[in-house]
Amino acid sequence: MLPLAGESPLGPLLPEHPEELYVGIVLFLIILAVMWKVVVPMFEKTYAERTAAIQGGIQKAEAAQAEAAAALEEYKAQLSSAREEASRIREEAKTQGAAIVADMRQQATEESSRLLANAKAQIEAERAAAVNSLRSEIGGLAITLAGRIVGESLDDDERARRTVDRFIADLETQSVEQA
Amino acid sequence: MGGLDGLILPLEGGAWPPGEHSFASRPLFPGVLPDWVNNHVAQAVIGAVLVILFWLWMARGQSVVPGKKQTFGELAYDFVRNGIARDILGPEFRKYLPLLLTLFSFILVNNLFGQFALFMFPTFSKIGFAWGLALVAWLVYNGAGIKKHGLFGYLKHATLPAGVPKFLWPLIIPLEFLSNIIVRPLTLGLRLFANLFAGHLVIVVFVVGGTMLLSTADQMGTAFPVPLLNVAGVVSILFSFAIFALELLVGSIQAYIFTVLTAQYVSSAIAEDH
Repeated sequence: MLPLAGESPLGPLLPEHPEELYVGIVLFLIILAVMWKVVVPMFEKTYAERTAAIQGGIQKAEAAQAEAAAALEEYKAQLSSAREEASRIREEAKTQGAAIVADMRQQATEESSRLLANAKAQIEAERAAAVNSLRSEIGGLAITLAGRIVGESLDDDERARRTVDRFIADLETQSVEQA
Repeated sequence: MGGLDGLILPLEGGAWPPGEHSFASRPLFPGVLPDWVNNHVAQAVIGAVLVILFWLWMARGQSVVPGKKQTFGELAYDFVRNGIARDILGPEFRKYLPLLLTLFSFILVNNLFGQFALFMFPTFSKIGFAWGLALVAWLVYNGAGIKKHGLFGYLKHATLPAGVPKFLWPLIIPLEFLSNIIVRPLTLGLRLFANLFAGHLVIVVFVVGGTMLLSTADQMGTAFPVPLLNVAGVVSILFSFAIFALELLVGSIQAYIFTVLTAQYVSSAIAEDH
Protein backbone atom coordinates (compact mmCIF):
# COMPACT_ATOMS: atom_id res chain seq x y z
CA MET A 1 0.00 0.00 0.00
CA LEU A 2 2.97 2.41 -0.30
CA PRO A 3 2.53 3.53 -3.85
CA LEU A 4 5.24 6.16 -4.17
CA ALA A 5 7.06 5.65 -7.41
CA GLY A 6 10.84 5.45 -7.46
CA GLU A 7 11.05 4.92 -3.73
CA SER A 8 14.61 4.54 -2.47
CA PRO A 9 15.76 2.31 0.39
CA LEU A 10 16.28 5.46 2.44
CA GLY A 11 12.60 6.33 2.09
CA PRO A 12 11.74 9.84 3.27
CA LEU A 13 15.34 10.41 4.36
CA LEU A 14 16.22 11.40 0.82
CA PRO A 15 14.73 14.61 -0.51
CA GLU A 16 11.86 14.12 -2.92
CA HIS A 17 13.45 16.80 -5.08
CA PRO A 18 17.08 17.85 -4.54
CA GLU A 19 15.87 21.39 -5.24
CA GLU A 20 14.25 21.41 -1.80
CA LEU A 21 17.73 21.62 -0.37
CA TYR A 22 18.76 24.51 -2.59
CA VAL A 23 15.51 26.36 -2.04
CA GLY A 24 15.93 25.96 1.71
CA ILE A 25 19.48 27.34 1.61
CA VAL A 26 18.61 30.22 -0.73
CA LEU A 27 15.63 31.25 1.37
CA PHE A 28 17.80 31.04 4.45
CA LEU A 29 20.43 33.27 2.84
CA ILE A 30 17.84 35.83 1.77
CA ILE A 31 16.41 36.07 5.28
CA LEU A 32 19.93 36.14 6.70
CA ALA A 33 20.84 39.09 4.48
CA VAL A 34 17.81 41.06 5.66
CA MET A 35 18.56 40.19 9.28
CA TRP A 36 22.23 41.05 8.91
CA LYS A 37 21.84 44.32 7.08
CA VAL A 38 18.59 45.70 8.41
CA VAL A 39 16.88 44.04 11.34
CA VAL A 40 19.73 43.35 13.73
CA PRO A 41 21.43 46.74 13.17
CA MET A 42 18.13 48.53 13.79
CA PHE A 43 17.41 46.63 16.99
CA GLU A 44 20.96 47.02 18.22
CA LYS A 45 20.90 50.73 17.39
CA THR A 46 17.79 51.14 19.51
CA TYR A 47 19.41 49.19 22.33
CA ALA A 48 22.56 51.25 22.11
CA GLU A 49 20.52 54.45 22.12
CA ARG A 50 18.62 53.23 25.15
CA THR A 51 21.84 52.42 26.97
CA ALA A 52 23.25 55.79 26.01
CA ALA A 53 20.09 57.55 27.15
CA ILE A 54 20.20 55.85 30.54
CA GLN A 55 23.92 56.42 30.96
CA GLY A 56 23.55 59.97 29.65
CA GLY A 57 20.83 60.66 32.21
CA ILE A 58 23.06 59.43 34.99
CA GLN A 59 25.98 61.47 33.71
CA LYS A 60 23.77 64.53 33.36
CA ALA A 61 22.60 64.17 36.94
CA GLU A 62 26.18 63.75 38.11
CA ALA A 63 27.25 66.80 36.15
CA ALA A 64 24.39 68.85 37.62
CA GLN A 65 25.35 67.73 41.08
CA ALA A 66 28.98 68.65 40.51
CA GLU A 67 27.91 72.01 39.14
CA ALA A 68 25.73 72.68 42.15
CA ALA A 69 28.57 71.72 44.48
CA ALA A 70 30.94 74.00 42.59
CA ALA A 71 28.42 76.86 42.75
CA LEU A 72 28.02 76.35 46.48
CA GLU A 73 31.78 76.32 46.91
CA GLU A 74 32.10 79.50 44.89
CA TYR A 75 29.32 81.17 46.83
CA LYS A 76 30.96 80.24 50.10
CA ALA A 77 34.31 81.54 48.91
CA GLN A 78 32.71 84.76 47.73
CA LEU A 79 30.92 85.14 51.03
CA SER A 80 34.08 84.67 53.05
CA SER A 81 36.05 87.03 50.85
CA ALA A 82 33.27 89.59 51.17
CA ARG A 83 33.42 89.20 54.94
CA GLU A 84 37.17 89.67 54.90
CA GLU A 85 36.79 92.69 52.68
CA ALA A 86 34.20 94.19 54.98
CA SER A 87 36.31 93.69 58.08
CA ARG A 88 39.32 95.03 56.26
CA ILE A 89 37.38 98.14 55.25
CA ARG A 90 36.14 98.58 58.81
CA GLU A 91 39.65 98.28 60.10
CA GLU A 92 40.90 100.78 57.55
CA ALA A 93 38.14 103.22 58.44
CA LYS A 94 38.99 102.92 62.09
CA THR A 95 42.65 103.62 61.43
CA GLN A 96 41.81 106.44 59.08
CA GLY A 97 39.41 107.97 61.61
CA ALA A 98 42.03 107.79 64.32
CA ALA A 99 44.60 109.37 62.02
CA ILE A 100 42.18 112.14 61.08
CA VAL A 101 41.37 112.84 64.70
CA ALA A 102 45.08 112.94 65.61
CA ASP A 103 45.77 115.17 62.64
CA MET A 104 43.01 117.57 63.56
CA ARG A 105 44.13 117.62 67.14
CA GLN A 106 47.64 118.45 66.09
CA GLN A 107 46.43 121.15 63.73
CA ALA A 108 44.29 122.66 66.48
CA THR A 109 47.17 122.59 68.90
CA GLU A 110 49.45 124.23 66.38
CA GLU A 111 46.84 126.85 65.56
CA SER A 112 46.22 127.66 69.18
CA SER A 113 49.89 127.92 70.00
CA ARG A 114 50.39 130.04 66.93
CA LEU A 115 47.54 132.33 68.01
CA LEU A 116 48.94 132.44 71.50
CA ALA A 117 52.38 133.40 70.25
CA ASN A 118 50.90 136.11 68.03
CA ALA A 119 48.94 137.52 70.92
CA LYS A 120 51.97 137.44 73.18
CA ALA A 121 54.10 139.23 70.59
CA GLN A 122 51.41 141.82 70.02
CA ILE A 123 51.01 142.34 73.72
CA GLU A 124 54.75 142.65 74.10
CA ALA A 125 54.95 145.21 71.29
CA GLU A 126 52.06 147.21 72.68
CA ARG A 127 53.58 147.09 76.09
CA ALA A 128 56.93 148.32 74.71
CA ALA A 129 55.15 151.10 72.84
CA ALA A 130 53.22 152.01 75.97
CA VAL A 131 56.41 152.02 78.03
CA ASN A 132 58.08 154.31 75.52
CA SER A 133 55.23 156.73 75.37
CA LEU A 134 54.85 156.65 79.15
CA ARG A 135 58.50 157.27 79.57
CA SER A 136 58.44 160.43 77.50
CA GLU A 137 55.13 161.65 78.91
CA ILE A 138 56.13 160.93 82.50
CA GLY A 139 59.40 162.70 81.91
CA GLY A 140 57.62 165.86 80.73
CA LEU A 141 55.04 165.69 83.50
CA ALA A 142 57.61 165.03 86.19
CA ILE A 143 59.75 167.95 85.10
CA THR A 144 56.78 170.26 85.04
CA LEU A 145 55.74 168.98 88.43
CA ALA A 146 59.15 169.19 89.87
CA GLY A 147 59.63 172.65 88.43
CA ARG A 148 56.46 173.78 90.09
CA ILE A 149 57.40 172.21 93.37
CA VAL A 150 60.98 173.38 93.43
CA GLY A 151 60.13 176.56 91.79
CA GLU A 152 63.33 176.49 90.13
CA SER A 153 63.32 176.73 86.52
CA LEU A 154 64.30 173.79 84.86
CA ASP A 155 64.68 175.46 81.64
CA ASP A 156 68.25 174.54 81.64
CA ASP A 157 67.69 171.62 79.41
CA GLU A 158 70.91 170.00 80.20
CA ARG A 159 70.26 169.79 83.84
CA ALA A 160 66.63 168.85 83.39
CA ARG A 161 67.45 166.04 81.12
CA ARG A 162 70.05 164.66 83.55
CA THR A 163 67.62 164.90 86.44
CA VAL A 164 64.90 163.10 84.54
CA ASP A 165 67.20 160.35 83.51
CA ARG A 166 68.39 159.87 87.04
CA PHE A 167 64.85 159.74 88.25
CA ILE A 168 63.75 157.24 85.68
CA ALA A 169 66.73 155.04 86.36
CA ASP A 170 65.72 155.09 90.03
CA LEU A 171 62.17 154.30 89.06
CA GLU A 172 63.27 151.39 86.97
CA THR A 173 65.41 149.93 89.74
CA GLN A 174 62.49 150.38 92.08
CA SER A 175 60.01 148.68 89.77
CA VAL A 176 62.40 145.83 89.16
CA GLU A 177 62.85 145.38 92.92
CA GLN A 178 59.15 145.61 93.47
CA ALA A 179 58.50 143.11 90.75
CA MET B 1 -5.11 20.72 -10.80
CA GLY B 2 -2.62 23.54 -10.94
CA GLY B 3 -1.70 26.93 -9.55
CA LEU B 4 -3.24 27.85 -6.25
CA ASP B 5 -5.38 24.69 -6.15
CA GLY B 6 -2.18 22.73 -5.73
CA LEU B 7 -0.99 25.01 -2.93
CA ILE B 8 -4.09 25.11 -0.79
CA LEU B 9 -5.54 21.64 -0.52
CA PRO B 10 -4.95 20.54 3.03
CA LEU B 11 -4.99 17.04 4.37
CA GLU B 12 -6.58 15.36 1.44
CA GLY B 13 -7.38 11.77 2.21
CA GLY B 14 -5.15 10.06 -0.28
CA ALA B 15 -4.57 6.38 -0.04
CA TRP B 16 -5.12 4.65 3.26
CA PRO B 17 -3.10 4.01 5.41
CA PRO B 18 -1.14 7.28 5.57
CA GLY B 19 2.55 6.90 4.88
CA GLU B 20 5.34 8.44 2.89
CA HIS B 21 2.88 9.17 0.11
CA SER B 22 1.02 11.54 2.46
CA PHE B 23 4.03 13.81 2.15
CA ALA B 24 4.16 13.77 -1.63
CA SER B 25 4.31 17.21 -3.19
CA ARG B 26 1.89 18.60 -5.75
CA PRO B 27 3.54 20.48 -8.61
CA LEU B 28 1.96 23.89 -8.94
CA PHE B 29 2.25 24.08 -12.71
CA PRO B 30 2.75 20.53 -13.96
CA GLY B 31 4.24 20.44 -17.42
CA VAL B 32 4.84 24.21 -17.43
CA LEU B 33 7.39 24.54 -14.66
CA PRO B 34 9.59 21.72 -13.32
CA ASP B 35 8.09 19.44 -10.71
CA TRP B 36 10.11 20.91 -7.88
CA VAL B 37 8.06 24.11 -8.10
CA ASN B 38 5.51 22.54 -5.83
CA ASN B 39 3.32 23.40 -2.88
CA HIS B 40 6.10 22.71 -0.37
CA VAL B 41 8.57 25.04 -2.04
CA ALA B 42 5.82 27.65 -2.33
CA GLN B 43 5.01 27.51 1.35
CA ALA B 44 8.71 27.69 2.22
CA VAL B 45 8.91 30.87 0.13
CA ILE B 46 5.78 32.24 1.80
CA GLY B 47 7.30 31.39 5.17
CA ALA B 48 10.47 33.27 4.30
CA VAL B 49 8.48 36.28 3.13
CA LEU B 50 6.43 36.26 6.33
CA VAL B 51 9.60 36.10 8.43
CA ILE B 52 11.17 39.01 6.56
CA LEU B 53 8.00 41.10 6.73
CA PHE B 54 7.57 40.37 10.42
CA TRP B 55 11.07 41.48 11.32
CA LEU B 56 11.03 44.51 9.04
CA TRP B 57 7.74 45.56 10.57
CA MET B 58 9.12 45.09 14.07
CA ALA B 59 12.34 46.92 13.26
CA ARG B 60 10.54 49.90 11.73
CA GLY B 61 10.02 53.11 13.67
CA GLN B 62 11.72 52.01 16.84
CA SER B 63 12.15 54.45 19.68
CA VAL B 64 14.10 54.46 22.90
CA VAL B 65 10.88 54.12 24.85
CA PRO B 66 9.10 51.15 23.26
CA GLY B 67 5.41 51.04 22.43
CA LYS B 68 3.26 47.91 22.41
CA LYS B 69 4.44 46.67 19.02
CA GLN B 70 8.07 47.31 19.78
CA THR B 71 7.78 45.61 23.15
CA PHE B 72 6.50 42.51 21.43
CA GLY B 73 9.24 42.71 18.80
CA GLU B 74 11.90 43.12 21.44
CA LEU B 75 10.47 40.21 23.39
CA ALA B 76 10.88 37.97 20.34
CA TYR B 77 14.26 39.46 19.48
CA ASP B 78 15.58 39.16 23.03
CA PHE B 79 14.39 35.57 23.23
CA VAL B 80 17.01 34.67 20.64
CA ARG B 81 19.48 37.46 21.43
CA ASN B 82 19.71 37.04 25.19
CA GLY B 83 18.17 33.63 25.73
CA ILE B 84 20.17 31.77 23.10
CA ALA B 85 22.97 33.80 21.51
CA ARG B 86 24.36 35.67 24.51
CA ASP B 87 23.93 32.81 26.96
CA ILE B 88 25.76 30.31 24.79
CA LEU B 89 28.22 32.38 22.77
CA GLY B 90 29.16 34.96 25.37
CA PRO B 91 30.66 38.28 24.30
CA GLU B 92 31.03 37.22 20.64
CA PHE B 93 27.31 36.66 20.18
CA ARG B 94 26.69 39.73 18.00
CA LYS B 95 28.43 38.16 15.03
CA TYR B 96 26.16 35.11 15.06
CA LEU B 97 22.94 36.84 16.07
CA PRO B 98 21.56 37.32 12.52
CA LEU B 99 22.22 33.66 11.76
CA LEU B 100 20.48 32.43 14.90
CA LEU B 101 17.54 34.80 14.46
CA THR B 102 17.12 33.61 10.89
CA LEU B 103 17.28 29.94 11.83
CA PHE B 104 14.84 30.30 14.68
CA SER B 105 12.21 32.40 12.95
CA PHE B 106 12.38 30.56 9.62
CA ILE B 107 12.06 27.13 11.26
CA LEU B 108 9.37 28.29 13.68
CA VAL B 109 7.15 29.78 11.00
CA ASN B 110 7.48 26.75 8.76
CA ASN B 111 6.78 24.39 11.65
CA LEU B 112 3.66 26.33 12.57
CA PHE B 113 2.45 25.86 8.99
CA GLY B 114 1.73 22.29 10.12
CA GLN B 115 -1.15 23.67 12.15
CA PHE B 116 -1.98 26.59 9.87
CA ALA B 117 -5.31 26.04 8.15
CA LEU B 118 -4.19 27.01 4.66
CA PHE B 119 -1.30 24.59 4.40
CA MET B 120 -1.67 22.03 7.20
CA PHE B 121 1.82 20.87 6.38
CA PRO B 122 5.10 21.50 8.22
CA THR B 123 7.67 22.40 5.58
CA PHE B 124 10.53 20.72 7.40
CA SER B 125 8.85 17.33 7.26
CA LYS B 126 10.36 17.39 3.78
CA ILE B 127 13.89 16.39 4.57
CA GLY B 128 15.46 18.44 1.77
CA PHE B 129 14.73 21.69 3.63
CA ALA B 130 16.05 20.23 6.87
CA TRP B 131 19.25 19.05 5.17
CA GLY B 132 19.67 22.54 3.73
CA LEU B 133 19.64 24.20 7.13
CA ALA B 134 21.78 21.45 8.67
CA LEU B 135 24.34 22.04 5.94
CA VAL B 136 24.30 25.76 6.69
CA ALA B 137 24.84 25.07 10.39
CA TRP B 138 27.66 22.62 9.59
CA LEU B 139 29.42 25.13 7.35
CA VAL B 140 29.02 27.90 9.90
CA TYR B 141 30.36 26.11 12.94
CA ASN B 142 33.24 24.46 11.13
CA GLY B 143 34.03 27.71 9.34
CA ALA B 144 34.02 29.58 12.65
CA GLY B 145 36.35 26.98 14.18
CA ILE B 146 38.76 27.03 11.24
CA LYS B 147 38.79 30.82 11.22
CA LYS B 148 39.63 30.87 14.90
CA HIS B 149 42.14 28.00 15.18
CA GLY B 150 43.32 27.44 11.61
CA LEU B 151 42.48 24.25 9.72
CA PHE B 152 44.77 21.87 11.61
CA GLY B 153 44.37 23.70 14.85
CA TYR B 154 40.61 23.32 14.52
CA LEU B 155 40.85 19.63 13.60
CA LYS B 156 42.97 19.05 16.67
CA HIS B 157 40.62 21.16 18.76
CA ALA B 158 37.58 19.29 17.49
CA THR B 159 38.92 15.75 17.61
CA LEU B 160 41.23 15.68 20.60
CA PRO B 161 39.92 16.75 23.98
CA ALA B 162 42.64 18.09 26.26
CA GLY B 163 44.22 15.69 28.71
CA VAL B 164 43.61 12.43 26.86
CA PRO B 165 46.55 10.02 27.38
CA LYS B 166 48.49 9.17 24.23
CA PHE B 167 47.59 5.51 24.08
CA LEU B 168 43.90 6.43 23.80
CA TRP B 169 44.45 8.75 20.84
CA PRO B 170 43.80 6.09 18.16
CA LEU B 171 40.45 5.48 19.78
CA ILE B 172 39.43 8.99 20.71
CA ILE B 173 40.39 10.87 17.55
CA PRO B 174 38.20 8.86 15.12
CA LEU B 175 35.35 8.85 17.63
CA GLU B 176 35.49 12.59 18.20
CA PHE B 177 35.82 13.25 14.49
CA LEU B 178 32.77 11.12 13.80
CA SER B 179 30.83 12.73 16.60
CA ASN B 180 31.77 16.38 16.03
CA ILE B 181 32.21 16.60 12.28
CA ILE B 182 29.97 13.94 10.77
CA VAL B 183 27.17 13.10 13.16
CA ARG B 184 26.30 16.63 14.31
CA PRO B 185 24.82 17.87 11.01
CA LEU B 186 23.09 14.52 10.45
CA THR B 187 21.40 14.62 13.83
CA LEU B 188 20.52 18.28 13.39
CA GLY B 189 18.73 17.62 10.12
CA LEU B 190 17.23 14.30 11.15
CA ARG B 191 15.92 15.58 14.48
CA LEU B 192 14.09 18.46 12.85
CA PHE B 193 12.76 16.36 10.01
CA ALA B 194 11.74 13.30 12.05
CA ASN B 195 9.85 15.24 14.72
CA LEU B 196 7.74 17.04 12.15
CA PHE B 197 7.37 14.05 9.88
CA ALA B 198 6.13 11.88 12.73
CA GLY B 199 3.89 14.60 14.09
CA HIS B 200 2.29 15.24 10.76
CA LEU B 201 1.85 11.53 10.18
CA VAL B 202 0.05 11.13 13.50
CA ILE B 203 -2.23 14.04 12.67
CA VAL B 204 -3.04 12.56 9.29
CA VAL B 205 -3.80 9.22 10.88
CA PHE B 206 -6.22 10.72 13.37
CA VAL B 207 -7.89 13.20 11.07
CA VAL B 208 -8.12 11.15 7.89
CA GLY B 209 -8.76 7.91 9.74
CA GLY B 210 -11.34 9.59 11.93
CA THR B 211 -13.07 11.09 8.91
CA MET B 212 -13.16 7.70 7.24
CA LEU B 213 -14.57 6.03 10.36
CA LEU B 214 -17.12 8.79 10.87
CA SER B 215 -18.42 8.72 7.34
CA THR B 216 -18.32 4.99 6.69
CA ALA B 217 -21.52 3.23 5.82
CA ASP B 218 -20.22 -0.30 5.69
CA GLN B 219 -18.14 -2.38 8.02
CA MET B 220 -14.95 -1.87 6.01
CA GLY B 221 -14.26 -5.56 6.34
CA THR B 222 -14.07 -5.44 10.12
CA ALA B 223 -16.13 -7.24 12.71
CA PHE B 224 -17.29 -3.96 14.26
CA PRO B 225 -20.78 -2.59 13.62
CA VAL B 226 -21.06 0.67 11.70
CA PRO B 227 -22.31 2.87 14.65
CA LEU B 228 -19.32 1.84 16.72
CA LEU B 229 -17.00 2.74 13.89
CA ASN B 230 -18.70 6.16 13.61
CA VAL B 231 -18.29 6.79 17.35
CA ALA B 232 -14.64 5.82 17.09
CA GLY B 233 -14.35 8.38 14.28
CA VAL B 234 -15.73 11.14 16.54
CA VAL B 235 -13.28 10.22 19.30
CA SER B 236 -10.46 10.12 16.80
CA ILE B 237 -11.26 13.60 15.45
CA LEU B 238 -11.58 15.02 18.96
CA PHE B 239 -8.27 13.46 19.91
CA SER B 240 -6.62 15.01 16.89
CA PHE B 241 -7.10 18.43 18.52
CA ALA B 242 -4.88 17.33 21.38
CA ILE B 243 -2.34 16.13 18.84
CA PHE B 244 -2.51 19.51 17.10
CA ALA B 245 -1.75 21.23 20.40
CA LEU B 246 1.11 18.84 20.99
CA GLU B 247 2.44 19.55 17.51
CA LEU B 248 2.38 23.29 18.18
CA LEU B 249 4.60 22.60 21.16
CA VAL B 250 6.86 20.19 19.24
CA GLY B 251 7.23 22.60 16.32
CA SER B 252 8.25 25.47 18.63
CA ILE B 253 10.62 23.28 20.62
CA GLN B 254 12.30 21.97 17.48
CA ALA B 255 12.88 25.49 16.20
CA TYR B 256 14.40 26.35 19.57
CA ILE B 257 16.53 23.20 19.73
CA PHE B 258 17.91 23.63 16.23
CA THR B 259 18.94 27.19 17.06
CA VAL B 260 20.39 26.33 20.46
CA LEU B 261 22.40 23.41 19.08
CA THR B 262 23.77 25.51 16.23
CA ALA B 263 24.86 28.12 18.75
CA GLN B 264 26.30 25.38 20.93
CA TYR B 265 28.30 23.89 18.05
CA VAL B 266 29.66 27.32 17.13
CA SER B 267 30.52 27.95 20.75
CA SER B 268 32.42 24.66 21.12
CA ALA B 269 34.19 25.22 17.80
CA ILE B 270 35.51 28.66 18.78
CA ALA B 271 36.15 27.81 22.43
CA GLU B 272 39.67 28.22 23.76
CA ASP B 273 41.45 25.05 24.76
CA HIS B 274 41.75 24.67 28.49
